[in-house]
Amino acid sequence: MTSPGTTDAARAAVATARARPGTVAPASTPTARDDSASGARLATSARRHLLSVADLGRDGILEVLHLADSFAEVTERDIPKVPALRGRTVATLFFESSTRTRLSFETAAKRLSADTMTFTASTSSLSKGESLRDTVETIDAMGVDAMVVRHASAGAPHRVAGWVRASVVNAGDGQHEHPTQALLDCYTIREALARRRSGDAPDDFAGLRVAVVGDIRHSRVARSNVLALSALGAEVTLVAPATLLPPSLEGWPANVSNELDPVLAETDVVYLLRMQSERMQGTFVPSLREYAARFGLSRERAARLAPDALVMHPGPMNRGVEIDAEVLEGSSALVTRQVHNGVPVRMAVLFLLLGAAPGGLAAPEAPR
Amino acid sequence: MSVDDVRRALVRIAHEIIERNHGTEELVVVGLQTGGVPLAARLVELLREIDGTDVPFGSLDVAFYRDDIGLRPVRPEKATSMPCDLAGRVVVLVDDVLFTGRTVRAALDALRDLGRARAVQLAVMVDRGHRELPIRPDYVGKNLPTRRDEAVEVSEDGVLIGDLGPV
Amino acid sequence: MSRKICVRGGTLVDETGERRADVLVEEGRIVEVAPAIEPPRGATVLDAGGCLVAPGLVDLHTHLREPGGEAAETVESGARAAALGGYTAVVAMPNTEPAIDNAAIVRDVLALGAGVCADVAVAGAITVGRSGERLAPLAEMAALGVRLFTDDGRGVQDARLMRRALEYAGGLGVVLAQHCEDEELASGGHMHEGAWSSRLGIPGQPALAEEAMLARDLGLVRLTGSPMHFLHLSTAGSVALLRAARSEGLAVTAEATPHHLSLTDETVASYDPVFKVNPPLRTADDVLAVRDALVGGVIDVIATDHAPHPIEAKEEPFESAPPGMLGLETALAVAYDVLCTPGGAGANGDTGPRCTPVELFALMSWRPARIAGLDAAGGHGGPIAAGARAHLCVFDPAARWVVDPSAGASRSRNSPYAGRELTGRVRHTLLGGEPVVVGAEAQR
Repeated sequence: MTSPGTTDAARAAVATARARPGTVAPASTPTARDDSASGARLATSARRHLLSVADLGRDGILEVLHLADSFAEVTERDIPKVPALRGRTVATLFFESSTRTRLSFETAAKRLSADTMTFTASTSSLSKGESLRDTVETIDAMGVDAMVVRHASAGAPHRVAGWVRASVVNAGDGQHEHPTQALLDCYTIREALARRRSGDAPDDFAGLRVAVVGDIRHSRVARSNVLALSALGAEVTLVAPATLLPPSLEGWPANVSNELDPVLAETDVVYLLRMQSERMQGTFVPSLREYAARFGLSRERAARLAPDALVMHPGPMNRGVEIDAEVLEGSSALVTRQVHNGVPVRMAVLFLLLGAAPGGLAAPEAPR
Repeated sequence: MSVDDVRRALVRIAHEIIERNHGTEELVVVGLQTGGVPLAARLVELLREIDGTDVPFGSLDVAFYRDDIGLRPVRPEKATSMPCDLAGRVVVLVDDVLFTGRTVRAALDALRDLGRARAVQLAVMVDRGHRELPIRPDYVGKNLPTRRDEAVEVSEDGVLIGDLGPV
Repeated sequence: MSRKICVRGGTLVDETGERRADVLVEEGRIVEVAPAIEPPRGATVLDAGGCLVAPGLVDLHTHLREPGGEAAETVESGARAAALGGYTAVVAMPNTEPAIDNAAIVRDVLALGAGVCADVAVAGAITVGRSGERLAPLAEMAALGVRLFTDDGRGVQDARLMRRALEYAGGLGVVLAQHCEDEELASGGHMHEGAWSSRLGIPGQPALAEEAMLARDLGLVRLTGSPMHFLHLSTAGSVALLRAARSEGLAVTAEATPHHLSLTDETVASYDPVFKVNPPLRTADDVLAVRDALVGGVIDVIATDHAPHPIEAKEEPFESAPPGMLGLETALAVAYDVLCTPGGAGANGDTGPRCTPVELFALMSWRPARIAGLDAAGGHGGPIAAGARAHLCVFDPAARWVVDPSAGASRSRNSPYAGRELTGRVRHTLLGGEPVVVGAEAQR
C-alpha cells in the first residue's frame, strides 16, 4: 500500500558553482510516502532556512510554486486565512528599510494565522551599540519560530542562521540575493504562460528566453532570478553596460549583451531592474539620460517586442529611466501581478519552513 | 467490496441523500481531496440520473486545517474549488474512508471559512472504525471493522484492505 | 626553574644546516652544543625528541593593539601568543590609538614590552597619525632604536610624499615598509574582486589595488636609491613585479602571511568575517604564486600580520566587520604544513612547491631578524652556537592539535583555523634562556 521513501540527497547537494564550506545546510529529511488509500503524498523535505535560491534547486522551487497555487486560492476567498501556522510567530527584522516587502511578508504570515513581530532598524537597539548577534539572539529567546531578515550586508542572514534556533528567510542581503522575489517572479511568469496557453501552469521554462536588463552588478534581485530561471530551464541573457555587470561572470548560467536593441526581438520576457541615481556618483554611467537612451524600455522599443512578450520589474520603478510610463500601463506589463503574487509565494515559503516536521524523520501515516 | 458493491452502494447513498433532504434543492456536493473527489463526482452524476437535477460540485483540500501541521510534513494535494457560495446550502461532504475523524473535523473548519452552510452531512464509502473525535457519518457504503495497522484503499478496483507493513 | 636548561634529543636547524645535537643553556646563553650532552646537576631537561630546534622566530608584522585597542590584545597577551607560536621577537605595528608616530609613544610601547614573553621591537608610522599627509619625526624615533617605519593598515597614497619619505629615510639608514593598497582602486572592496566576489554579492577590490602601489614604489626605490620592505604581498602580479625588481638588483625585501599561502577567496563563501582581511584572501593561482615566491627566494620572509579584533567586532555582517586575522600561534604549523610536509597537501587541499626545514626557518627566523635589525645586539636568528643568546624554538612536526582560539593566549578569537586540526606544534620556547613555553603551555 505504501511506496518506499525517496532520499533527499539530490536536493541537499544542490549542484551549483558554489562550495559552501561552513554554511548552515538545509536540514533535509528523506521522506516521500503515499498515505494509505487516498494516496495523499505527505512529506518532501523539511527545510530550516531559505537563504539563497540555490538552497532550493529546481525541485524546491517547483515545490514552492505548487504550494503557492494553493495559497493563491486562499487569498481569493472572502476570508483569506487558514489556520496552518496558528500559534507560530514570524518576526520581520528589517535592518534595511522596505515597507513593501515587509508588509508582504507580514500579510503572508497573518494569512497563515501566525503572529507577527516587527523590528526595523530605527527602532532597534543596534543604534545603542548592540551587535547583530546580540539583537537576533534576544529576539530568538522570545521564542519566535521564523525570522525574516533584510540587511544591507551580503551574508547577514547566513550569519543569523548560525546563531538562532528560528528559521531564517533572506528578504534581501546587500547585493547578494532576494530569493522570494525571484520565486514570485517565476510564479508570475508561470501564471502568465498558463493564461496564454489556457492550460496548466508549466513546470519547465525550457525554451523561454529572459532578458534581465539594468544594474546587474548591484542587484540581488538579478542574482536570485538568474539562479531561479536557469534552474527551471530558461535561457537568461544579462543586458547592461560593462560597468554595471559583475566583475566576473564565471560560473553564471547566463549570456551577456552590452546592447538592448539586438536582444529585444528575440526575447520572451524583459525583466527590468531599477537604475539608482547613486550609480552616477559612482561613475558607473555618465548620466541617467544616457542610460535610458541605451537601455530604457521606451514606447518605441516596446513596440519592437514580440507581441506576447512579457515585461516585468521588481519595483519601485523609475518612470522615464528604465521604463516609460505608457509601457507600464500596457497589458504586457506584469508588475501588478508580481506584487499581488508576493503574498501567496511568501505564504508558501513560510509554510515550507514552519509547516513541516521540525528537522526529524517523517512520522508514520496520518490517520484519517 | 467489489467494484459492483461500490457502485450499488453509491446508488443507494444517492437515493438516501434525496430522501433525507426531500429532493436536491440547495444541495452542494463537496469531495475531499483526493479520495473523496471521484466518489463525489459519481454521486453528482447519479443524482442527475435519478432526480434530473444538476447539483453543484466542489472539491476541498484540507491540508491547511490539519491538526498535525508541525508534527509531520504536510502538503496540499490539489486545489480547493467551490462552485458557488455555500451560505444557506446543505453541504454533502464526501470521502472515501472514515477513520479517526480528524480529516472531517479539518473539513468542517475549512467549510466554516468558506461560508455559513445551513447544514453539513457526511457521506463515506467505508467506515473502518477507530474514531478519535465525535464524528459520525450520515451515509455509509459499508462498515468494515479493521485493525489500526491495516490499510484501506478505495479505488476503481473496489475496496481493498491490506497490512501496512514496515514503512 | 633552574638557570641551567638542557634541550635534549632534537635536530638543530639554523643557517649552517641541520644536525642532531643537544643544547646546554646557562644564564641566558648557549654554552654547549654537542650530540649527547649529559645534563649537569640541577639542570632542567627539556625533551626535544622528534623535534626541530631552531633559533626563535621573529615576526616583522604583529598588531599588539596597545595603546588604545586593549580589548582585542595587549603587548603582554600578544607576546604570550607569540611565544606559544615559537616567536622570541616581534615588531609591533604602529596603527594603535594614538598611532606610534613620535618618541613618547615609542617609549611607552617599549616600556610595555619590558618583561613580557617575547622581545618587542616597535615600528613607527611614516606619516603623522598615519594620515598620509605629513612626515612623522622619523629621526627622533630612530634614535630610540626604531628601524622599520610603516603606515600599515593603510598605504601612503600620495606618490610625492612617499618619494620624500624615502629620500629622508635613506639618509637616516632606516627602512620604510609599505602596505600596498591604492585606496581609489580598492574603494568599497571587502574581499578579492573576482569570480567569488561576483557570486557572493560582496563588493571586491582587484589585485591591481595592491600591484599598482607596488609598481609605483618599486619605481620610487629605483629613483631614490633607498631600500624598502613590502608588507603582506598576496598576488601573482605582485610576485612578478618583485621578481623583476630583484633581478634588477633593487634593495627591496618582502613578506607574505601564512594565510595568504594557505587560504583562498572561496573560503569567504561562508560569509564569516573571520576570513575578512586586508589584503584579502586571493585565488588559488595567487596562493601558488606566493608559495613559489617564498620557496624560490623572491619573497624573503613569512610575517604573520597578527591582527586581533574583539569577538563582537567579528560578529557583525561581513561588510561591516573589521579586516584582520590572528596568526602568531598557528604560523609555524601552517607554514610547515604547506611548505615542508613531504607529499602533503597545503591547508587548502592542493599541492605545491616544497622547501627544507632550513629554508623554512630562514623565512621565519634569521632573515626577519636581520631585516628588523634584531640579529646582532638582540641575538635573534641564531646560529645556534656556544656564546649566542639562548633564543630557541623547539617544534614538534608530528604533534597534532586542534586550534581552539578560546584556549589560546590572545585576547581575541579571530583565527581562520579555528576548529581545524593542524599537524606540527611548538613544544618549547626559550627567551634569552628562560623557558617561556614548556610542553606547549605558557609558563607565565
